[in-house]
Amino acid sequence: MTSAPPAAAEVSAPPTPPQPVVPIAVVAVVVAIASAAASASSLRSLHRMLDDPSLTVTVLLVVLALAALLPVVVGLRAFGTARARAVHRSRGDLAGARHAAAIGREHAYTAMGYAFAVAILAGLVWFTTASDGAITNTFLRWEFLKSSFGVVTQAFWVNVRVAAGAQVLVLIVGLLIAIMRLLPGRAGRPLRWIAIAYVDTFRAIPSIIVLYLVGFGLKLAQVPVVKDLSPIWLAVIALTLTYSGYVAEVYRAGIESIHPSQWAASRSLGLSYGMTLRTVIIPQAVRRIVPPLLNDFIGLQKDTALIGVMGVTDAFTQARLSASNAFNLSPVIVVALLFVLITIPQARFVDHLMAKEHKRTGGTS
Amino acid sequence: MTFLEINDVQKFYGDHEVLKGVSLDVAKHEVVCLIGASGSGKSTLLRCINALEPISRGEIRVDGDGVSGQGVDVNRLRRNVGMVFQSYNLFPHMSVLANVTLAPRKVAGRPRAEAEEQALALLDRVGMKDKANVYPDSLSGGQQQRVAIVRALATNPQVLLLDEITAALDPELVGDVLAIVRELAQDGLTMLLATHEMSFAREVASQVCFLHQGRILEKGSPQQIFEDPQEERTRQFLSRVLTAGRL
Repeated sequence: MTSAPPAAAEVSAPPTPPQPVVPIAVVAVVVAIASAAASASSLRSLHRMLDDPSLTVTVLLVVLALAALLPVVVGLRAFGTARARAVHRSRGDLAGARHAAAIGREHAYTAMGYAFAVAILAGLVWFTTASDGAITNTFLRWEFLKSSFGVVTQAFWVNVRVAAGAQVLVLIVGLLIAIMRLLPGRAGRPLRWIAIAYVDTFRAIPSIIVLYLVGFGLKLAQVPVVKDLSPIWLAVIALTLTYSGYVAEVYRAGIESIHPSQWAASRSLGLSYGMTLRTVIIPQAVRRIVPPLLNDFIGLQKDTALIGVMGVTDAFTQARLSASNAFNLSPVIVVALLFVLITIPQARFVDHLMAKEHKRTGGTS
Repeated sequence: MTFLEINDVQKFYGDHEVLKGVSLDVAKHEVVCLIGASGSGKSTLLRCINALEPISRGEIRVDGDGVSGQGVDVNRLRRNVGMVFQSYNLFPHMSVLANVTLAPRKVAGRPRAEAEEQALALLDRVGMKDKANVYPDSLSGGQQQRVAIVRALATNPQVLLLDEITAALDPELVGDVLAIVRELAQDGLTMLLATHEMSFAREVASQVCFLHQGRILEKGSPQQIFEDPQEERTRQFLSRVLTAGRL
């Protein structure tokens, strides 16, 4: 309300000159040339490594090398605008000069951004061609990729089943533990402590150890019912134990993120604690926790690669078998790719859900 | 007959005493306006009446039943006491109709069709019937607050607590909301409202209480409080409000 009048110095200061373009354009062109050179050299070594490349492949590599020169072209355009800036400035057209300077700097930054990307890709190509293609030969031998694909994919089905089963159970058990941890009052205190102890314990123990203990221990101890379960179910139980701890904390964070005024509104209508939790708080919390929940689910899926320790033949176990037979790691790359393949659609699905939610609520929650 | 009895109520947040011995009697069909500066304890007093805040000392009785201490069924109590909040607090994941029918269905156990029929009638009364199926986020503040009032009314409360319900609204939206409150007052609903709308308080109140630092410093009829305040603090407060152009 009491804003100070502008200082006299501020008013009479001369207009600042437009930002310089030439220095940044020089940097951009140097970076672009360096990355183009790096990519040319790595593409050449790739060409040398391929035995008897066809003409198409050669042409393709040349085109790629030429494409790596594009950032240089963009960088050079920045010099053109630098000249325009100088012309405008000498005419006293400050606005025009600023305009030219802004465009020029944008060109320079674009050149640099693309040049760094080219450099990273060139580095990757260089890595795969290093030591005369030994790396490619170790990890990416087509015949081994092809021959192991069938058995590894079949074994991967075990991972998928274990992950899906554990995810369903984790959603339920995690929510129950979160609710236990948030129980109010004196009546809830002992259950709160048990929930805290559970989360502390199972988040601390590495999941490979839980898998090992559950996989062998429950059978050894002749625990009723459980001892007759198949190893796959034991894997589901072990992963559920571990990940319910994480997911309980995700649920709790979601529940606690709902503003207390929602509690007040619901309780003031006469809804009980439990009813408020069920109809007002948890439905809102669940919408918020979908992204962190997916994070934990991806972690769970990846940990299914550990169930080999309890004697289940999963994709990774199968791939290691194939790899040692072939004396080549390509089969393991197949498992890695399968994990990537099942994760990407889930990530996109969550993006889709979030966008839908965003649209429905007008982006306010 | 006294419907709501507030007897020497004290409320502490830690060491901070928010209410320092408040006493107030409200008869049925009365409209009591609580005025006073922010932080004077108006909202806290309202939240104590429906046990959203536990009181530290003293006693509150609604229709003869105590609201504090052990052995109080707060869920039962709150069926008789409705509340409307400054920031509306509608449930964002439910449509307008679901917001309004939630308590009648889940608390009073009414069948869905009956609850919806009653909700639509109430929404119609505040001009919101055509918005029954939209979500709160697509409503203006004034519309949200009208829905919030209907939501509180849907449980047929004996007394309605209104906590600065127009304070968050753009000035041009205040009138619609106040018109509803005025109508409710004419219908004889018992209400307690914390408000900064002095001319409205003057018009609808049967009793005005001026709160200052956790105490009811002065209470009386609107004429008494607005035209002939006895306390220096009340006079200062009213003149500040007058300067701000709100009277």
